[in-house]
Amino acid sequence: MRTGFSSSFPLRRARVHEVCGPGAFAFAAIAAASATGPVIWVREGWLADSVNPVALARFFDPARLLLALGKDQTDSLAIAEEALKDGAAPFVVVEVTRPLDLREGRRLQLAAKAGRATGLCLIPEGMGSNAAETRWRATPLFDPGARDSTLMRWESIKNKSGTLGAWHVRWNEETRHLNVVSPAGERPGSADLPG
Amino acid sequence: MWFPRLASDRVLRTCPVEAPFALTLKEQNAERLYCLNIRAEQAGLHRGMSLADARAFCPDLVSRPARPDLDARFLTALSRWARLYSPWVGVESMDGLVLDITGTPHLFGGEAAMLADMRARAARAGLELRLGLAGTRGAAWALAHYGEGIALPGDEGAALSPLPVAALRLEAEVSTGLERLGLRRIGDLLATARAPLSRRFGPDLLMRLDQALGEAPEALSPLAEPPHYGLRLTLPEPIGLVADVMAATARLLGPLCERLKANGAGARRLQLTLRRVDQASRQVELRLAGPMREPARILPLFERGIAEVDAGYGIDQIRLEAVAVEPLAAQQIAIGEARHEPERLDDLITRIGTRIGLENIRRFLPADSHIPERAFTLAPAAFSRPEGGWLNPRPRPLSLFAPEPITGRGNRPPDRFRWRRMALTTGQATGPERIAPEWWLEDEGWRTGLRDYWKVDTREGRRLWLFHTPENPGWFVQGEFA
Repeated sequence: MRTGFSSSFPLRRARVHEVCGPGAFAFAAIAAASATGPVIWVREGWLADSVNPVALARFFDPARLLLALGKDQTDSLAIAEEALKDGAAPFVVVEVTRPLDLREGRRLQLAAKAGRATGLCLIPEGMGSNAAETRWRATPLFDPGARDSTLMRWESIKNKSGTLGAWHVRWNEETRHLNVVSPAGERPGSADLPG
Repeated sequence: MWFPRLASDRVLRTCPVEAPFALTLKEQNAERLYCLNIRAEQAGLHRGMSLADARAFCPDLVSRPARPDLDARFLTALSRWARLYSPWVGVESMDGLVLDITGTPHLFGGEAAMLADMRARAARAGLELRLGLAGTRGAAWALAHYGEGIALPGDEGAALSPLPVAALRLEAEVSTGLERLGLRRIGDLLATARAPLSRRFGPDLLMRLDQALGEAPEALSPLAEPPHYGLRLTLPEPIGLVADVMAATARLLGPLCERLKANGAGARRLQLTLRRVDQASRQVELRLAGPMREPARILPLFERGIAEVDAGYGIDQIRLEAVAVEPLAAQQIAIGEARHEPERLDDLITRIGTRIGLENIRRFLPADSHIPERAFTLAPAAFSRPEGGWLNPRPRPLSLFAPEPITGRGNRPPDRFRWRRMALTTGQATGPERIAPEWWLEDEGWRTGLRDYWKVDTREGRRLWLFHTPENPGWFVQGEFA
């Protein structure tokens, strides 16, 4: 299982990935932390939730982050395509609010290939595109007794070139590294989770 | 050319005042008269007088604060006007212009006619003007300030003799010293032996005298013309295809960038005006994320704007102008090295900015506040630099949203609550962390007073940031942790 995780987690470069679930922001932050260089975060200007840079500093330096605010999803996708194709920012996060069709997903994929940049779409549950390289579901887990825990269950629910799996992970703030805690299913408390 | 009342004339041009008028400038904690009009001078006021004294002398004095910066700009404007008479125009101290009119008076019908023309134009503009014309800069200055007139080359000695020694542009103590010795006029000075003078007053005095008489050279440094970053291309046949317009733009961009490079500048905003055959013109504005001057980088950025233009019956004139320019130092480019990362990012920001507006690409900057939603600000990335100093002494949620009320009672987090249509059970709660509102800032959201923040780990997994408002009892969810 451990090898399975390392074969799929630092997200494959030059591809577009997807993540859903309540831990999607954290997944994006951790994935961005494992890349180097500027990070472009594309979202629609009207979205109410905002990512908090003070907390983001636990994962990576917020100075690396650029926020691009479009007015609708067409804007977001156009910006994301432009950014991926350019490759000046090796990591691009896009918040998606409506389902992507195959053409849109494929265009992002081709742009990522051209710019050798990694893309990550934060999608609402079940709105992924078939063109995505991998799709993940990130769910926070209750971690009794631990303060400031970041225990999460990361489940790979689609993988074009590898196996699926589910892992329990925890972010180590000191070493800025992701620790895989123990294989899924062996921990108490994970059994009652949907998935 | 000397404008004795440049500052007050400038103000009075826009709002004429039929009364004693003075401009005041704060000097050493006292408002002093800086420049005044004739009426004020007739009332017995003079420069350097304190405003309080002046008011005592002349109760109906109208005064305004002086703006030396605007005066300097006005003088620059006048120097452009003076180019009418000669291409060599320089600025002399705060209120004068020097013109080298060698070879131009005959165009105006001789020196006297030229001076009359200058005087007439200045009077029409409402400016008081004193003129001095001489073969040397020093003599012209002396004539302009003390008695106006024309001194023919070689004649300076005779023309200057009756003028007081202060006309030699001397320091105040030197001219007072000379007057104490009884040397009141320049003629007296010319008749005196030079060696004792230079021993007593230093070499400056004789240098000024020589300059006025033309025995020592004095150069005039004309004002440099501000560089103009605009180019135009007129086409014999109208064009309409995007590729053609791009090619024409490329032809303009090359020389423009050369010009920018020669002046050590980079364009920040470019404007492309496309004039169509039917005289209508279309504009394409390009705002860049950083100063730039490489045609190869700028040209592709125009593509989107040009593609949107309706060419109509065709475009027959193209004008490209750098509307905003910033200094950009030359950079060494290492051979074989990939382009600079920040530059590539700037290009990308510009390209995205043409779509959503440059202000909508932002970056986070830390702000000094303990209120969670004010601990950072969003600034346009193109007009700010990244900053460090993200302090994180206490855990903060990764996502923040507007407070959402939940049901709860008491000052401990509720054991069970519903949030966003989910039933949640508190597993463990960490807190409270009390945050007081910043009373010096008006904020609707903080009207409810103090907040006690709790981090609640639910058994379902979600880690939420709850707060309780003890002053107006209520529980809210404001954020979610990673």
